[in-house]
Amino acid sequence: MTGLGLGIEATWTKATAGESGIGPIQAFDPAGFDCRIAAEAPPFKIRDHVPKTYRKATKVMARDIELAVVAADLAARDAGLQTPGTTNGDERSYAPDRVGCHIGAGLIAGEIDELTAALAEARTAEGASGGDFDMHKWGESGMSHLTPLWLLKYLPNMLACHVTIVHDAQGPSNTITCGESSSGLSIGESLRVIQRGAADLCFCGGTESKLNPMAFLRQVLTGRLNTTSNDRPADAVRPFDKRATGMAIGEGGGIVVLEAADTFDGRDGAQAYAEVLGFAASQTVNRQTKNRTPDPEGRAIGAAIQNAIADAGVSPADIDLIVPFGIGCPEWDRAEAAALRRVFGDRLAQVPVLSSKAQVGNCGAGSGGVDLAFAAKALQAQTVPPILNRDAPLDGLGPAVNEPTAADLRHAVVYSTGYGGQNTAIVLGRLEQ
Amino acid sequence: MSERIVITGMGWITPLGHDIESVWSNLLAGVSGITPIAHFDASTFPTTFAAQVKDYDWRPYVDDPSLHEGVGHNTGFALGAAAQAWKHAGLDAFADLDPTRLGIYLGSGEGSIDFDNYVASCLASWSADDRASDSVAWARTAAQRMTADREIEQEPNMPLTHLALEFNAMGPTYNCLTACAASTQAIGEATEILKRGHADVMVTGGAHTMIHPFGVTGFNRLTALSNRNDDPTTASRPFSRDRDGFVLGEGAGMLVLETLEHARQRGATPLAEIAGYGSTADAYRITDIHPDGRGAAKAMRDAMQHAGVGPEEVDWVAAHGTGTKENDSIETKAIKSVFGERGDAPPVSSIKSMMGHLIAAAGVVQAITAVLAIRDGKLPPTANLHDPAPDCDLDYIPLQARDAAVNTCLSNSFGFGGQNDTLILRRI
Repeated sequence: MTGLGLGIEATWTKATAGESGIGPIQAFDPAGFDCRIAAEAPPFKIRDHVPKTYRKATKVMARDIELAVVAADLAARDAGLQTPGTTNGDERSYAPDRVGCHIGAGLIAGEIDELTAALAEARTAEGASGGDFDMHKWGESGMSHLTPLWLLKYLPNMLACHVTIVHDAQGPSNTITCGESSSGLSIGESLRVIQRGAADLCFCGGTESKLNPMAFLRQVLTGRLNTTSNDRPADAVRPFDKRATGMAIGEGGGIVVLEAADTFDGRDGAQAYAEVLGFAASQTVNRQTKNRTPDPEGRAIGAAIQNAIADAGVSPADIDLIVPFGIGCPEWDRAEAAALRRVFGDRLAQVPVLSSKAQVGNCGAGSGGVDLAFAAKALQAQTVPPILNRDAPLDGLGPAVNEPTAADLRHAVVYSTGYGGQNTAIVLGRLEQ
Repeated sequence: MSERIVITGMGWITPLGHDIESVWSNLLAGVSGITPIAHFDASTFPTTFAAQVKDYDWRPYVDDPSLHEGVGHNTGFALGAAAQAWKHAGLDAFADLDPTRLGIYLGSGEGSIDFDNYVASCLASWSADDRASDSVAWARTAAQRMTADREIEQEPNMPLTHLALEFNAMGPTYNCLTACAASTQAIGEATEILKRGHADVMVTGGAHTMIHPFGVTGFNRLTALSNRNDDPTTASRPFSRDRDGFVLGEGAGMLVLETLEHARQRGATPLAEIAGYGSTADAYRITDIHPDGRGAAKAMRDAMQHAGVGPEEVDWVAAHGTGTKENDSIETKAIKSVFGERGDAPPVSSIKSMMGHLIAAAGVVQAITAVLAIRDGKLPPTANLHDPAPDCDLDYIPLQARDAAVNTCLSNSFGFGGQNDTLILRRI
């Protein structure tokens, strides 16, 4: 789920049509910030994505959690899985203890209205002007204005926990919180869990919403947001373009169903997008900026890409599609471009490097799930979506391509580099249909 | 099972002290680390006490403090604990470690919110009539008051990021946050990364504090904390008839893990091995543990099977043992379903009775305790256990530490929301 649509087909159709999901922020009034654009998830009703018996539990879901529950519902249905979340009957595609769940999450900000309604009860004076906050009053009575389950709405592991409950996933479960690499690391962990035989199927990926003032301010303070293009949101994010001026926040993410090939082969009605062939993780060490930016040469990013390609048993010459992090921040894009030039050499100009953040923004902990879905869908469709907003590409990369392109795509590499320096790369291979 | 994974270094910063031996002595002596909350004025909160880290500064532990100025308490704890483990493992004197083969897997919690500035921004933008905050006013106030460092350092991957800077770790790095299960899970997954050969050395463990106004508020609203304000030092009463909730703790614990072969090649001393790991989900309810401890029992069985350890081989269980009504009864039930009744089941203790509940870091301090139990043949007590609850009928080593032959330990961690993790630690 992205600013382009709910579900893989809706997002893919609009992505290949070259549409942008980035527009003026509606979720709150952004006039107090210099950046006022983002790619918001489309409207949905959380109640439509959980079994009737679970509707009450939706009251303790922060927005990030709702996004994960909806995305997992869409993924389970897309995979043709029978779980308590997708079917009213007792049929199950897998025994519950063979189903794992690894979902990346961000730092979830509390809803300001909910919290302030309680904080306001703990002021020294009554009335419209109020008074100062009084900790004694908060302890005595103010906090009791918060719903008892308040804390549970905001714990990052609740994304995975709600999904495990809805789909009765009793196998290994984890919540990885490494900024924008959370999804990629979670997908990689699901891969390893399946490879070591601890589960046959895993829900993995991640989702996040930073479209509330507190989470948005934290992104402002990273200095990465685009503040120059509020009046032309579709052109704002320019990954790997020499005129790039910053990123836009995306809302949403991707939940992916990974399945062991042998149990998948025995399952009725199953269709697959791609095969997961390789995975690697690495860490940036950039003391100059305390890991708040990649090192200029993108050393660790390149290492993750190279190691994932090696783990897949292929070589850079076998990669026909790159789904980069590519958020449209000059310092980040340049480090990635350096890493890509090192790994792919002169061939880089011929390999499509997608520009999906130009359309869906940076979905934070969910971005790697979105990227993986783009890569898998491209391999299945043997189609490269348009590469937008790259009129003046950084050295070594090919230019913008405004139409979708049919291509012979054997393998794709998907990578991310999170704020803080955790990097991850995954190699997918096409399946013969 | 392919490669054996061993612990070669340990460190912790806890409410009972800042080094391995003094904390271990305190645990064996049944000392309580619980005192009235000093971090903020909690005097009118339903709970006024916690197990706090006292008199601690991370700066003496690091090479270059300028890399870490502005870190949160959680990251500060992580730096101290990891520096101890690093030195204990002899890595400070080992020049041949390839940075790309050094990984980190933490189960650390988020930092604490910038409370005064956050509250001021919220109240300045609040319209009582609309019962809504004006987000434009909020943004303007907050942008003036809040700082980049203070906000960025709250991200839950910051302890990890700072350890990577400190130790020049360029291999695979992760932070997981499965609530109270996080650091046990981190150790288990770090073990798997080493087994696959994707690193030579992993630093693993966790760090957390929720002893801040919104943390205590959140747990008080859940009625999860003990309210025994008149007697904090005995408030943490796992398995007792009169237990009334857990006691918040804070701190960090860190391990250095490597393959046995790598440890031997570089002349490091293996302290114990991580022999098994199990991870499950209750998939039951967000607010409650499965009444039979289904996921907990499965995590224990999986970890034992993974280690090739039978029930009769387990000498001690480091319990999750929080001191809540629900956890202790159900954990007891789950242990009995795996091991049988008292007499068949191994002794169990909860170090939370002394150290409080370190939340994300709770599992790693149990793991360290298990290694020390194996080393010294001593089992720490469950403090304050004068009168066990009727449905808590195992041997919990009440009040007094005990000498025992300890070769294999099982350590449990169960997270809010139903993620369960168990480790098996074994003498090498």
